Amino acid sequence: MRRDVFQAIADPTRREIINMVAQQSMNLNTIAQNFDMSRPAISQHIKILTECGLIIIKQQGRERYCEAQLKQLAEVADWIEPFRKMWEHQFNKLDDLLNQMKTNKTKKHGNKK
Amino acid sequence: MATKNELKVTAEAGKQDLFIVREFDAPRELVFEAFTDPDLLVKWLGPEGMKMTVDYYDARSGGSYRYIHTDEKGNSYAFRGVIHEIAAPERAIQTFEFEGMPEKGHVSMDTAMFEALPNDRTRLTIQSVFRSVADRDGIVKSGMERGLKEGFNKLDELLKA
Repeated sequence: MRRDVFQAIADPTRREIINMVAQQSMNLNTIAQNFDMSRPAISQHIKILTECGLIIIKQQGRERYCEAQLKQLAEVADWIEPFRKMWEHQFNKLDDLLNQMKTNKTKKHGNKK
Repeated sequence: MATKNELKVTAEAGKQDLFIVREFDAPRELVFEAFTDPDLLVKWLGPEGMKMTVDYYDARSGGSYRYIHTDEKGNSYAFRGVIHEIAAPERAIQTFEFEGMPEKGHVSMDTAMFEALPNDRTRLTIQSVFRSVADRDGIVKSGMERGLKEGFNKLDELLKA
């Protein structure tokens, strides 16, 4: 199952994990040590992050390292996008209103054509 | 043929302004009216899921306004400012402040320009100038936080399904 990226970053722990591994690759133990949470719980979060392609796991000797996928992250980290979406939502409503206004005007003044 | 009017938002790194550009399939008198008449403004302004109410809105040069967005949980967010200039149908300039800021005085100035295009179309350009880069980025990121909350809502819906 391809997970929704937005769903993946909606969780504060997962956002924290992304922040950590975006700076440098880290092994699972090091990540887990930074959280007041069980190892399996952290593993589960990491699993979700790998499933949506935000991080990948690389085996290095006996250690498994988490590496951030910067290209995928850039897609999410486009910080203007939610702001743009908000305006898009408003302007779509404005489109509807303008259409309504146009119709009303035509009614009032008869068909202008 | 109805093609979708693309919305462009530009916030260059290190600058303290942002631009919002969008075209509309309506003559500019109408777009201007929808922008400056509070009875019309409440019909479209505000983020998804928020209801807008106008406290006061004196849409003339030298006037002032205050409106409130309320979400479904009853949280309300108030905004106010003064109207510097209403030059129908081509320009409206006003200040804008979110009352919920922890510190007062973080005011931006918004200039909305309405340009008439062929075939009764209009191009709207809004320039918002903030006091600092941090102020601008803060406003843009508040959208980010909302986006993340919407992410949560989406997750809730997924879990319900």
